Amino acid sequence: MKEDNSQDNKTTRKDFLRKSLLSGGVLASGVIGINKLIADEKDSGEKVKVLTADGKLVEVDSGNISKCQASTTTPSSEARIGIPGKKYVMVIDLSRCKHALKCQDACQRYHHLSGMNVWLKVFKMQDSENTAPYWLPKPCMHCDKPPCVKVCPVSATYKREDGIVLVDNERCIGCRFCMAACPYSTRSFNWQEPEFLSESKGAVYSPETGFPQKKGTVEKCDFCPDMLREGKLPHCVTACPNGVFYMGDLNEDTVSNGSETVRFSQLMNDKGGYRLNEILGTEPSVYYLPPVSRLFPFKDAEPGKGKMDASE
Amino acid sequence: MEKYKKELNDADAIELLHQYNEDLLPRKFGIIGKTWTLFLFIGFLTGIYCYTNQLKQGLVITGMRDFVFWGIYISNFVFFVAISLVGSLITAILYLLRISWRAPITRLSEVIAVAAITFAGLIIIVDMGRPDRMVNMILHGRIQSPIIWDVMVVATYMMLSILLLYFPLLPGIAFCRDRLNGIPKWQKRMYSFLSLGWKNSPEQYKIVKKAITILSITIIPVALCIHTVTSWLFASTYRPGWDSTNFGAYFVSGAFLVGSGGVIAGMYLLRRFYPAYDKYLTDDHFDRMAKLMVLLAMVYAYFSINEYLIPAYKMKGEDSEHLNELFTGYYAPMFWSVQIFGMIVPMIVLLFKNGRKPLPTFIMAVLVIICAWFKRYLIVIPTMSFLPVQEIPEAWKHYSPTLQEWLITGGSLAGALLIITLFVRFFPIISVWEIAEERGISEGVIYKHMHEGNEK
Repeated sequence: MKEDNSQDNKTTRKDFLRKSLLSGGVLASGVIGINKLIADEKDSGEKVKVLTADGKLVEVDSGNISKCQASTTTPSSEARIGIPGKKYVMVIDLSRCKHALKCQDACQRYHHLSGMNVWLKVFKMQDSENTAPYWLPKPCMHCDKPPCVKVCPVSATYKREDGIVLVDNERCIGCRFCMAACPYSTRSFNWQEPEFLSESKGAVYSPETGFPQKKGTVEKCDFCPDMLREGKLPHCVTACPNGVFYMGDLNEDTVSNGSETVRFSQLMNDKGGYRLNEILGTEPSVYYLPPVSRLFPFKDAEPGKGKMDASE
Repeated sequence: MEKYKKELNDADAIELLHQYNEDLLPRKFGIIGKTWTLFLFIGFLTGIYCYTNQLKQGLVITGMRDFVFWGIYISNFVFFVAISLVGSLITAILYLLRISWRAPITRLSEVIAVAAITFAGLIIIVDMGRPDRMVNMILHGRIQSPIIWDVMVVATYMMLSILLLYFPLLPGIAFCRDRLNGIPKWQKRMYSFLSLGWKNSPEQYKIVKKAITILSITIIPVALCIHTVTSWLFASTYRPGWDSTNFGAYFVSGAFLVGSGGVIAGMYLLRRFYPAYDKYLTDDHFDRMAKLMVLLAMVYAYFSINEYLIPAYKMKGEDSEHLNELFTGYYAPMFWSVQIFGMIVPMIVLLFKNGRKPLPTFIMAVLVIICAWFKRYLIVIPTMSFLPVQEIPEAWKHYSPTLQEWLITGGSLAGALLIITLFVRFFPIISVWEIAEERGISEGVIYKHMHEGNEK
């Protein structure tokens, strides 16, 4: 599911082992798994310490080790903790959105979303007859006081140190209480066995990718923590042609939409940033910039354009 | 009641006791009973069959989708929890208040409670997307989730209800064990196993009575908890229609109303099919239960007014959309039907003495039960069906349960009725020793002669 495994293929076995032994950040950069012990290689008598996928240090004969692809999948236990030292925030500039839906397309594609599950929706907003309509992209708010986390009976959905709220679909019991609790209605349920493209067969599950989805469990926008872990921007941010989405770290006070990187506090100050439903006390991590001095005049969507407009 | 308490000499008392035993022994079903049992059994099996489909294909076989994600499984769960509260009302509250006419209806209400709470537990599992992971609630349970509270109180209430049914039943089981002849071997063995070696000694009665008192006191707070916590599953969210501080009391009062309806319906049907029972389930009992029902309907009306009219006075943004749907919109016919026929009409009819005769009382009780089921539908579903309706396929906007969903829900109702029916078939549904005590037969006579009579 990750495109950048090719660089690992080039490394020799020795390099690979040395790296895995020496690098202290081996876990942080992805877990090294020993897929299989190759029997036809002779014992070299040389013992090597390696780290298994579940974090145990074991000693094996170096002749018995074959190289496998370094998986970029973060295991569930680690995905619970988050990326150290970060506090992620998103800023959505409503004055730039013209309902191009490139964000949604990218999100659907990279998260292999099937059926009618849509993580990022773009709503037409018009609060009253005399106010102007505008487009509102709505990802998960990754609240600092998340109501969904509060009600989850099994901690399948949880809040991480870096501010991200994730769902562990290997633990979710499918009670859908989180869907009831979420005041932003950002969650989807897998009502049936999800359909996958053939390329995605054999992918290892991680809450950080939410893939493969499982029948009878809840899913939602995850802020693409797998990308963030690599220092990259989420797919919706990079896909947007108009730079609507900014992603960044509150601790560094910096957000970027790919083409420009700005001070978060400055942006809030200059453009009058706000959050949705502040009155509920959920403290979202997603900030909005009001739809003033717009890049595009508002135009209603053509029928059938949105993912969901197509009749089932 | 004084009229039941006559001065009895021992000989009369013994004869009366024998008469009770004779009248109240469980009997084989006739053709109607057998057909009814078969019907329930088929209904239950159909539900199970549809559930296996759901296990294979997922909840996609239901009418629920992301927009309306809780459906009749949940509203049916609320209904079951509601009706199960009657066990604590009749058995515990009336017992502790020393209400003397309660004896013939305690066991009936406790059976209803056990059957309903059992299927409440089952139907909530049916609603889960991953029932195979139920053990996660123990492995990873988080105490701040109202679902965990609900699991705890429902399990506790189920245990207490079963014990409150079982302990007073011991003399009855022992009597069946010793005196019921011409029954299959397995039935004999079942009685012998369940009677726990009951030998009618005064010590055993003493222990049972003490247990009943303790259980009656314990079950009242637990009963209030089950329905309050069930209401919190909704009230702990932000959704208009659910976001209400009135919900706990509103749910509990509604539960008592439908529970009393359940008992009245049971009383009437027992009398209808066991003519000898009208000496025990007298017209007076219907009269009293009907009066109780009027009171409960009034309490429910009070909380309903709080629930709907005060938000309607303000008509706050989202609340107003919800209330308009209920008062004049899509759900209006159902809403007004359940308010009128499930609360107001019974309240008025049962105010009149003629209205409290068995048949009209029974009809009112059935109305209350049916309306209570749809009332739960109205509490659960409309709240989810008016939030931002964009980027949603047309088919998701209105929820209508699928056939399989109805069959599974119907299967659970059939299952609960099957438990009650089988209980009536195999156990004395009216407690002989409690009737005897209530009617002034001395403890000494009961302990000594309870086991006699009926030598057929």
